[in-house]
Amino acid sequence: MELNLKSSFRDVGLIQSRVNEIRKIISHPWAIMEICGGQTHAIMKYGLKQILPPEVEFIHGPGCPVCVTSLELVDKAIQIASSPNVIFASYGDMLRVPGSKQDLFSVRANGGDVRVVYSPLDAVKIAVKNPEKEVVFFAIGFETTAPANAMSVLQADTLGLKNFSILVSHVCVPPAMRAILGSPSNRVQAFLAAGHVCAVMGYWEYPPISAEFHIPIVVTGFEPLDIIEGVYKAVVQLENGENQVENAYSRVVTLEGNVAAQKVIRKVFETCDRKWRGIGNIPESGWRLRQEWEQYDAENRFDVKSIEPQESPLCIAGEILQGLKKPFDCSAFETVCTPENPLGATMVSSEGACAAYFQYSFKQS
Amino acid sequence: MCLGVPGKIVEIYENNGLKMGKIDFGGVTREACLEYVPEAQIGDYTLIHVGFALNLISEEEAIETLQLLNQIADLSEEITQEKIE
Ligand code: SF4
Repeated sequence: MELNLKSSFRDVGLIQSRVNEIRKIISHPWAIMEICGGQTHAIMKYGLKQILPPEVEFIHGPGCPVCVTSLELVDKAIQIASSPNVIFASYGDMLRVPGSKQDLFSVRANGGDVRVVYSPLDAVKIAVKNPEKEVVFFAIGFETTAPANAMSVLQADTLGLKNFSILVSHVCVPPAMRAILGSPSNRVQAFLAAGHVCAVMGYWEYPPISAEFHIPIVVTGFEPLDIIEGVYKAVVQLENGENQVENAYSRVVTLEGNVAAQKVIRKVFETCDRKWRGIGNIPESGWRLRQEWEQYDAENRFDVKSIEPQESPLCIAGEILQGLKKPFDCSAFETVCTPENPLGATMVSSEGACAAYFQYSFKQS
Repeated sequence: MCLGVPGKIVEIYENNGLKMGKIDFGGVTREACLEYVPEAQIGDYTLIHVGFALNLISEEEAIETLQLLNQIADLSEEITQEKIE
């Protein structure tokens, strides 16, 4: 590979000069929410908060699919995975997410066949190889995993598989933005929209939100310079009293997004109300399988209707996910709750706010 | 979870009716589904997430991001230094 970098997203000089621009124009404290957990991770990892002027406050958003998959669905996953004759396949991060009583790792330790897959098509392959077993894939995620999860259903259909189903917990970003902005306790004044969600969906859904709530929305990537650029564009708008939708990640994102992927998503999924862990129900914030694909719905195949989930009483992840509190405000943070022994889902994935603070807080102080 | 990794398409084929490809991530090669980038050709760079190409990206951009992923350690050091100075 050629080592010929011209402009670069890691160029400290570029980052510093952008930060200086922000310093010059900022006259007021502003609360900016980065939606995506990947961005939260980058902000903590590179200490971006420390190089920005103190007027910029990052409020960490709910964009970590591992964190917001409802406890009820995690409990359902655990129950299905514990059933006889089942191979339960999942993205790796979900295995340590605490359910009411245990996690998927402990199901595996107790003899359950729980497998980590890289792609949902790997789960389809497992189903082909094991016709005598029920294979269930935990279809979690935002709009970024939906094209893959939807295709696994179409592929199972093409192959005529009778032993494949998915446990769907899809969540969508725009309804969550509306819920955050509509909350009486909202403090968010601008959004950095999640770059890879927009790679799939485009950003045509955002202008109505920006107009209705008078809020700048800047589509933002994941490298340090991307995030600084997103902040810069947001601050310029805030200082000028504007509310536009801007794209600071145009090398990856277009207005219309990936049209082929959106078509398949709509073919397989339809909008539904969705419970978010720690936040509660958000109307029309999820996708479920359309009726014509119901035979691939694990909730139809397994009797998991009557589950009563129980969250740890110490965990304040819900308030953290809504930007009302920071991980340091939790009495369990770093004491009883650690990435090895997480009480809440935000301590599990490295994109969860609690885990990101745990991992990088030493560098910050 | 929503981070995509850029790679170069080095082979394209069909499997059970799906357009698939071999993707080179700067040395490591993996299979990915190319159904969502129907225009993709060998030599194109693409952003891969959970085994699917989400879109095509420019070569220059892909190489920069791959370099970044390889040099992330240096980067945090550089920024920390900058901060201290
Ligand atoms: S530190 Fe642990 S217990 Fe506290 S909010 Fe975060 S995940 Fe929940």
